[in-house]
Amino acid sequence: MYLADIYGKQTCVKAGIVPEDLVWRNPAYRPEMAGVAVPHGVYVHIAGVDIVRIDADDFYVLEDNARTPSGVSSLLGGREICFRLMADLYGAHKVAPVDNYPDELVSTLRSVAPRGTTDNPTVAMLTPGQFNSAYYEHSFLADKMGVELVEGRDLFVRDACVYKRTTEGPKKVDVLYRRVDDDFIDPLAFRPDSMLGVPGLFGAYAAGNVTLANAVGTGAADDKAIYTYMPEIVKFFLSEEPILKNVPTWRCRDPKDLSYVLDHLPELVVKEVHGSGGYGMLVGPQSSKMEIEDFRARLKASPETYIAQPTLALSTCPSFVNSGVAPRHVDLRPFVLTGANGMKIVPGGLTRVAMREGSLVVNSSQGGGTKDTWVVEL
Amino acid sequence: MRIRIQHRTAYIYEEPAAAIIQVLRLTPRNHEGQRIRYWRIDMDQDVQMQSGEDAFGNVVHNICFTRPLDDLTVTVQGEVETHETHGVVKGTMERFPPGLYLRETPLTQSDVALRKFARDRAGKGAVLDQLHKLMEAIHREMEFNTKPTDVETPAAKAFELRSGVCQDFSHIFIAAARSLDIPARYVGGYMLRTDGQIRQEAGHAWAEAYAPDIGWIGFDPANNLCPSLTHVRVSAGLDYLGAAPVRGSHQGGTAERLETTIMVEHIGAQHQQQQQR
Repeated sequence: MYLADIYGKQTCVKAGIVPEDLVWRNPAYRPEMAGVAVPHGVYVHIAGVDIVRIDADDFYVLEDNARTPSGVSSLLGGREICFRLMADLYGAHKVAPVDNYPDELVSTLRSVAPRGTTDNPTVAMLTPGQFNSAYYEHSFLADKMGVELVEGRDLFVRDACVYKRTTEGPKKVDVLYRRVDDDFIDPLAFRPDSMLGVPGLFGAYAAGNVTLANAVGTGAADDKAIYTYMPEIVKFFLSEEPILKNVPTWRCRDPKDLSYVLDHLPELVVKEVHGSGGYGMLVGPQSSKMEIEDFRARLKASPETYIAQPTLALSTCPSFVNSGVAPRHVDLRPFVLTGANGMKIVPGGLTRVAMREGSLVVNSSQGGGTKDTWVVEL
Repeated sequence: MRIRIQHRTAYIYEEPAAAIIQVLRLTPRNHEGQRIRYWRIDMDQDVQMQSGEDAFGNVVHNICFTRPLDDLTVTVQGEVETHETHGVVKGTMERFPPGLYLRETPLTQSDVALRKFARDRAGKGAVLDQLHKLMEAIHREMEFNTKPTDVETPAAKAFELRSGVCQDFSHIFIAAARSLDIPARYVGGYMLRTDGQIRQEAGHAWAEAYAPDIGWIGFDPANNLCPSLTHVRVSAGLDYLGAAPVRGSHQGGTAERLETTIMVEHIGAQHQQQQQR
């Protein structure tokens, strides 16, 4: 709803719910999307919501991922491995299955095919190619979904429709599950030097002849600066309190918040608004004096690019490590699929583990591990 | 003033291109300062054009060829009647609030030197005053030279070289204005030359900036004036890329060669000359 609004009527900006510059000057906002009617009104077909538990009952949303959330292959792979190692456990408990995720994903994607396409729309997965770090997941998922894995050069646009080259001639593509970032999907609309995209793809998309999942410009809803406004955004559109709370967050763009943050750096976690993968962040309690001072200078130089949060006592899970079984901090990323017929949540999720003792950084790019996660019927 | 425009672009391929796809922003729209008398785009090859409108209100045509072509000529011609508005642009399609036009793009990113230049030259006056000072300073301190820059040169680089073409002048103006928190955008179009020269090598570009209480105002830093009767506004965007007359890609084929001829003439003037004879 927020995305439809910022690319449409812009009511929540006009109402002052979100500061103008966080929308209009957000690098992930795509002005080109304004006025584009996305098929079935769905922007975020696949979302990954990072959730943490900080005490017995309180769950917090740590981060939203609305661009191209990854990690589903680890979720499915983790289940398969655990099932092989401990098959008897799965017999003794009613564990909700996750292995139908690829089927659910395909049916979600089919449901959002542009109106007027055939009953059996063609879905394809667009990957940047084998040099991308998530290529394994792309090929794994495409295989499980039974759809073709394509690169930009396998597709072309003719008369505002997208086709893939096949040995039997061109075949029209109706839905593209794209794992290529906005910047690179079409050199005629975005970065002109992109070799990964399809020239004319955005034109076909704007004409309503192909569905892109996720839509272009969804990053405008998931960055860490917008995150701090999410509770207000939820209230504005739904007139309801959000069920899942946000982690209390200081916006460093606000002078009052900034001075608090500068005074309490050693106890806070400070993150870059547009950072991801656990880069460019400071975990106060685990940093040296020098690291903190270094960060203080960066924070002062461009406060608006940072947010700060209290260092949360993330819940831990027993984990096998070199020294035996020990507690390690975890977070949980469930995947939410949204199609033309509503929402589905995978009964499970990607549980990420910070493998270093005491560490709170769970990102796989920082050496994090994963765990199988059960939703058990009692 | 009545202005007639003819803009021919020929693409010549040494080896035929297997497929060509282009996005054209070559069609002006009416606003208070201009009325389109007629306008047409012709291709010398058979093709279907899909037309639409982009987020910035530009008329967009998409064309694609999926058969091999040795060459392609796109001819745009039309007649526009312009009215004096003293640079103020009213009656355009606006989807965004001015604040959007504070966005930096790779081509309009400012650096320390450019920001300092903007602060020093613009002074502390009213926005309109600042913008005029900025335009004058860019016109004065930049040298017009087609050699050192190309369509991919970002504002900061052209500023460092202190030379460039109207595209660079405009990017510098936009980057400088945005660094002062003044919304600014890029405009592509045509300009009638006052020296009587009809044939031109390239289209023209200028900028528009937003002043509270007035609205959008055109600034042409290459000519140090606010566009009026002589300027025909065709497309607008955050930078050259967003307003580019043609963005295209071709598959196969080698050595794309481009030949552009543009003719911009004042129709009334011609009539007067004929009458005098």
